[in-house]
Amino acid sequence: MELNSQSTIYLDYASTTPVDPRVASKMMEYLTPQGEFGNPASRSHRFGWAADEAVEEARSHVANLVNCDPREIVWTSGATEADNLAIKGIARFYKSKGNHIITSKIEHKAVLDPCRQLEREGFEVTYLDPNEGGIITPEAIKEALQENTVLVSIMHINNELGTLNDINSIGRVVKDHGAFFHVDAAQSTGKVDIDLSTLPVDLMSFSAHKTYGPKGIGALYVRRKPRVRIEAMIHGGGHERGMRSGTLATHQIVGMGEAFRLAKEEMENDIIRINSFHAEFLKEAMKIEHAYINGDVKNKVPNILNISFNFVEGESLIMGLKDIAVSSGSACTSASLEPSYVLRALGRKDELAHSSIRFSFGRFTEEADVKRTIKILGNVVERLRELSPLWEMHLDGIDLDAVEWDTH
Amino acid sequence: MAYSKKVVDKFENTLNNPQAFKVGKFDPKEVNVGTGMVGAPACGDVMKLQIKCEQKGNTHVIKDVKFKTYGCGSAIASSSELVEMLIGKTLEEAKEIKNKEIVDALELPPIKIHCSVLAEDSIKQAIKDFESKQ
Repeated sequence: MELNSQSTIYLDYASTTPVDPRVASKMMEYLTPQGEFGNPASRSHRFGWAADEAVEEARSHVANLVNCDPREIVWTSGATEADNLAIKGIARFYKSKGNHIITSKIEHKAVLDPCRQLEREGFEVTYLDPNEGGIITPEAIKEALQENTVLVSIMHINNELGTLNDINSIGRVVKDHGAFFHVDAAQSTGKVDIDLSTLPVDLMSFSAHKTYGPKGIGALYVRRKPRVRIEAMIHGGGHERGMRSGTLATHQIVGMGEAFRLAKEEMENDIIRINSFHAEFLKEAMKIEHAYINGDVKNKVPNILNISFNFVEGESLIMGLKDIAVSSGSACTSASLEPSYVLRALGRKDELAHSSIRFSFGRFTEEADVKRTIKILGNVVERLRELSPLWEMHLDGIDLDAVEWDTH
Repeated sequence: MAYSKKVVDKFENTLNNPQAFKVGKFDPKEVNVGTGMVGAPACGDVMKLQIKCEQKGNTHVIKDVKFKTYGCGSAIASSSELVEMLIGKTLEEAKEIKNKEIVDALELPPIKIHCSVLAEDSIKQAIKDFESKQ
């Protein structure tokens, strides 16, 4: 692929993926005067009918990947909007039923921020700690459930760690209690099997651009049997059965549909390749002294690998890895100057959050990229440690935890 | 983080050629060596700066410098920039160095100004340590 002929190796697929060229060419058919540019809501001519047909076909592709009824899929602008619609939509519609929500400290901001907003509106929210492996257990959910709990929102795959929550077991606990269960599955499609016909899940958020589709489009699964109702956030025309108004973005929707159709076709192949990259990368990276994996390595997806290289700061490591595109939980790479809240929630020292790097592999990653990255990585970590006073102190046998630091 | 070319170059040069850029250590027990260490691992940056001084008239001149820095790219670049400014300066002149000079030399973005403050603190501490030994 062209992506790899460039000098920079892209290992940040968990942040976004390139659009699969097959998806992009399909999207092109729905834009120009020669294409099907019509408004899917136009009922009076063939331009509208053709666009509507394309939208419904895409809806079937999305439904097919996660095994649900196409009528249970609501188009949104992305997973952030889907999370907002699910969480605020349930809370506001069913507020007479209860005002307590359960979520976790390692959720994406697209879940945490709507919860904070609901707190301002009078809801009570419990933010659960993950275990040290970055997993939210069904037991933790069970303990947190209250009589007035109306909604539980837990992510399927954590975007920073790649850890995988058992949404089947969590869902059973939640449903036994009679609350609604929302799952943010932005990182899941094309990575793990999802079968909504058997999963006890009421709402699930999806994103196109993490699965080789375009940015700016996502979907929310809203269960029909038994029927789950939500209060809309956007009004104006009653599109998507009143749950999300606004003219449907045909080309974006077609792109998401095609991306999800391809995900179903290529998932097995993608997983085999990425599994082997993961195994090789892990084996080699663990040869570097004082490298620690963040998140339970036995309970995660292989496309995301989060490693802390102690005594080296993450942003400087990223700068040292200048031909490799990766991301870090280091404070220095964030606008807030706070280290990753996800890594901090694991209960490890802040230093390890500052030293963390997330590598994420994808469909266009090649073995040569992995080999080259490993080679560069070992070298840069070694050179940065030569520069690190902490490494020097460590070699001199000084316990860094016992030092009285001049905190600023 | 959009860094200036100056930060990137300084960082890369220091990383690729540590000896030439004064990365290393002096024996802190030597009487003509002053050591300053500022920052904390939990905050994401620690700078260690050492000066080696020589008597000249009634003052001391910084003859050589060594440093090590744990921190983001601009923290490493800021230390390296400071080190370059120090050699040949009297302690009085070194005390006058302000973080603003580092900010200007590297065109640090506003969010990274604290790196230059840390660098300024490190030379102040090193001088204090040296003076306490005399």
